[in-house]
Amino acid sequence: MPAPSTSPAPPAAGTSTRVTGGVGESARRPDGALKVTGEFAYSSDLWADDMLWGATLRSPHPHARLTGLDIGPAVAMPGVYAVLTHDDVPGRTVYGLERADQPVLCDGIARYHGEPVAIVAADHPETARRAASRIVAEYDVLEPLTDPRRAIDPASAPRVHPTGNVVRHLAVRKGDFETGLDVAAEVTVTGEYEVGMQDQAFLGPESGLAVPAEDGGVDLFVATQWLHVDRDQVAACLGMPPERVRLTLGGVGGAFGAREDLSMQIHACMLALHTGRPVKMVYSREESFFGHVHRHPAVLRYEHGASRDGLLRYVKAEIVLDGGAYMSSTPAVVANAATLGVGPYDVPHVSVDCWGVYTNNPPCGAMRGFGAVQAAFGYESQMDRMAAELGLDPVEFRIRNAMSEGSTMPTGQAVDSPAPVAELLKRVSSVPLPPRERGDDGYDLRELPGGVSNTTHGEGVVRGVGYGVGIKNVCFSEGFDDYSTARVRLETVDGRPVASVHTAAAEVGQGLVTLLVQIARTELGIDEVTILPADTEVGSAGSTSASRQSYVTGGAVRAACEAIRERVPDPASLPDGEVVEETVEWRHRPTSPLNEHGQGNAHVQYAFAAHRAVVDVDTELGLVKVVELATAQDVGKAMNPDAVVGQINGGSAQGLGLALMEEVQVSGGRIGNPSFTDYLIPTILDMPPTRVDILELADPEAPYGLRGVGEPPAISSTPAIVAAVRAATGAALTRIPIRPEHILDLSGVSEGERT
Amino acid sequence: MEFLRPRTWNEAVAVKAAHPEALALAGGTDVMVELNFDRTRPASLLDLTGVDDLAHWALDGDVLRLGAGVTYSRVVDELGFALPGLATASRTVGSPQIRNRGTIAGNLGSASPAGDAHPALLAAGAEVEVESVRGVRHVPVAEFFAGPKRHVLEPDELIKAILVRPASGPQEFAKIGTRNAMVIAVCSFGLALHPHARRVGTGIGSAAATPRRALDAERFVSEELDWQGRGPLPDGVARRFGELVAHAAEPIDDGRGTARYRVHALAVMARRTLGWAWAAYRKG
Ligand SMILES: Cc1cc2nc3c(=O)[nH]c(=O)nc-3n(C[C@H](O)[C@H](O)[C@H](O)COP(=O)(O)OP(=O)(O)OC[C@H]3O[C@@H](n4cnc5c(N)ncnc54)[C@H](O)[C@@H]3O)c2cc1C
Repeated sequence: MPAPSTSPAPPAAGTSTRVTGGVGESARRPDGALKVTGEFAYSSDLWADDMLWGATLRSPHPHARLTGLDIGPAVAMPGVYAVLTHDDVPGRTVYGLERADQPVLCDGIARYHGEPVAIVAADHPETARRAASRIVAEYDVLEPLTDPRRAIDPASAPRVHPTGNVVRHLAVRKGDFETGLDVAAEVTVTGEYEVGMQDQAFLGPESGLAVPAEDGGVDLFVATQWLHVDRDQVAACLGMPPERVRLTLGGVGGAFGAREDLSMQIHACMLALHTGRPVKMVYSREESFFGHVHRHPAVLRYEHGASRDGLLRYVKAEIVLDGGAYMSSTPAVVANAATLGVGPYDVPHVSVDCWGVYTNNPPCGAMRGFGAVQAAFGYESQMDRMAAELGLDPVEFRIRNAMSEGSTMPTGQAVDSPAPVAELLKRVSSVPLPPRERGDDGYDLRELPGGVSNTTHGEGVVRGVGYGVGIKNVCFSEGFDDYSTARVRLETVDGRPVASVHTAAAEVGQGLVTLLVQIARTELGIDEVTILPADTEVGSAGSTSASRQSYVTGGAVRAACEAIRERVPDPASLPDGEVVEETVEWRHRPTSPLNEHGQGNAHVQYAFAAHRAVVDVDTELGLVKVVELATAQDVGKAMNPDAVVGQINGGSAQGLGLALMEEVQVSGGRIGNPSFTDYLIPTILDMPPTRVDILELADPEAPYGLRGVGEPPAISSTPAIVAAVRAATGAALTRIPIRPEHILDLSGVSEGERT
Repeated sequence: MEFLRPRTWNEAVAVKAAHPEALALAGGTDVMVELNFDRTRPASLLDLTGVDDLAHWALDGDVLRLGAGVTYSRVVDELGFALPGLATASRTVGSPQIRNRGTIAGNLGSASPAGDAHPALLAAGAEVEVESVRGVRHVPVAEFFAGPKRHVLEPDELIKAILVRPASGPQEFAKIGTRNAMVIAVCSFGLALHPHARRVGTGIGSAAATPRRALDAERFVSEELDWQGRGPLPDGVARRFGELVAHAAEPIDDGRGTARYRVHALAVMARRTLGWAWAAYRKG
């Protein structure tokens, strides 16, 4: 259970009426039972009686010139209704989140393995797939650019885009580095680290249904993270005014960032408008690995300088993020990695350079933790090495340097709400360590590295403990106009007050629909609250990302309820038949862009979590069993305590995956493991028991004092686990995910030559 | 696609003779994946799940006959004592759903170098009973595999049963995966002590083009062990055994692991499993 608050959150403004299931309670999710019993309708379950099925032909090459495209054999197949290519895109031929640089369909050059080349609609999904494979696409294969370190050279070749290969270079300079001086320290450690390409691995693949409308427009039902930004891109590419493209959220089977960019949206709409029939598209698991962006792989070089008595003096870092073939959200990921690049520590002098680059690798973009994850592996690895160099306990060294309320970020931004970094570390480090239960013969395979695969009965097993702490910005940054819209309607039906809440915010599994009900109940003092389906009939809610929806859409719903209360001070006593409705556009405080030294109040709010990992490592086989994860996180206000714990456990698991197994293996620009057979995510035997300690130190700026919850636990669990494996083995482990080969010294082993 | 569903074994064999191109279907945990990915498009499927008695096992003299329809779950639940190596291997297969559907015969039919049943069957010295309208033959598992995902069955032949003697001594199986469940073997090892014959059986998985025995290792350790006196296992013998097992492998580098790691891990698994089995044997 969560620990009691260390300081009280401000009382919710509102009526004194008691409701059940209000803010602060663990109200039940409306979709929970449906999901665990398999009844929930996901976007892949959408159906129209006369619908066609879409399929996509993709480039088999990471870099190639498309020299010929013969759709004839596909068109000739019975049951095929349309085969469309680049020439058929009705409007703008490119799309993108930050800059429209990604062709709707291959524009003559394929820039990554899996780039869509042509789309097909047929009366059966198998027919559509077979027709796609009959399209004859001819290519001149070109040399791919696959090394992101080469791409930071503005003159690097080949150029993936005419603008050059550097998407963004952000320099952050603080202290003497800002004034151009060099900084020295008594003790320095340098290290180079690498982060592999992680996938969001949501369980519900990309899917949706496009239905042509009588006004010549289209209705699109789809699983996404941000309906309005999808709509604007789809409309531009269809050459239509936005109001003729109407989106409704389908059932979303997880997102984690992978649904920020478009996948099948424009394709399905093109096919529907072309055929005049509803068109459904569902990616297979394999196609899904090619159909969405991944987490940016990173190469990080760090130099830390500290005084003998254990105070950080400076951090220099160079971070290269591989954005792959298209821009997606790379510039924002760069901003996070750079501005959060030294971690939650007070560092007087900072020099961080971060590059996001184009290559011919798979496009990378948003994933839970968004740039902060990669940086945290670098700076936390460094903090452990520096502690060792100084002869200090890693927790003690972190606490000495922990930032706090009033600290100044490397961007010069003052941290003006609680930043209990030291407290979080103290909490996780004071949790009693789990016992070692094993006697001589009393082992349980499920508790050992290797699990039931029976590789050890205790031989070679060494326990290790490691720590990690991380920082994440909440909400959109750098001056972005980040708002949400809520429409709340209050009426009394048969003597009972009922409210409905309408927003365009995407419920992706995180529980926002539960939270919005809780807020409306609390603010209006009534029990019956309905959430209307999310669609574009109401204004934008912004993205379900950056841990921002509780903050921003939660804030909008609260504001709309307050507006209603101004008109009807006691909502529970509204006369029968009367209706009151308020629509509010709500914004958090503004942020500002970063200047040429990376200075500026770029972020809205900071969030922190700390982890302690306890692992058992089979030091002879290099296999790891995480024994326990302890987390402490400040959430400002636990709006729904069960949901908070769920987010923390889920984020910790995703971080465990990155530490130990999750990697999209890319070689020569090609994905080698596009399936759950070889892209491994943690099972229940890999995820250990957790201990979750929740602090509620209110942020006075935020609704209810809340702090975004979703991302921080996905940041610090990874370095904590790696540190624990290092503690058990002494291995350097500068790359994640760790593989058994990294733990062992195999230099003396021959490669299996035969006698 | 034609769907053939015989009711009796004789009918199945006759159908296979008439439709040698028909793909046998047991639990479907490999076949359905292949079909879904459109990697294979057989003209017909020969569903064996309706064949009477195929999912049974029984002791036939001193040999256990595992019908071709016997699943991993049944082995785990019912044969843990008689076939401890195969039961341990079965426990590591996939998830409960896969173990409920998947069969040992289907594992042989797929003939993947990574199939988890194979090292245990090799170590135990099992034979495959193969039948066609032309007759019955018995193929030792060690001779069953012809290459990666290839075996020695003729197009008109079906696997009827797996024949294996119940364990007369301790058996072990160990498998490396980079997560703790639901994982394809990076490499695996099966070991069986046959005290009556004073022989040790081995099986290597996922470290060569086919599953295979480590013959030199078997010969070496069978002679070195103190079968009579049940004396302790000298450390040097266990180590040498591990080295010889590793020598028998011819692994490759792939996305699941490097050749070097596989060689190393086999040596460790061989040494450890021998230690466990011998300790159990000494206890009697
Ligand atoms: C999610 C998942 C996880 C898995 N995990 C593992 C694992 O951990 N370890 C492992 O080894 N395997 C694993 N597999 C693979 C598979 O489950 C096994 O190979 C299983 O033994 C196949 O048995 P089946 O009865 O399902 O065979 P089927 O799929 O029905 O058939 C497999 C092959 O054998 C042939 N065949 C079947 N019966 C006969 C017969 N009587 N005569 C001749 N040929 C026959 C078929 O024609 C086919 O070629 C996994 C599969 C999945 C989908």
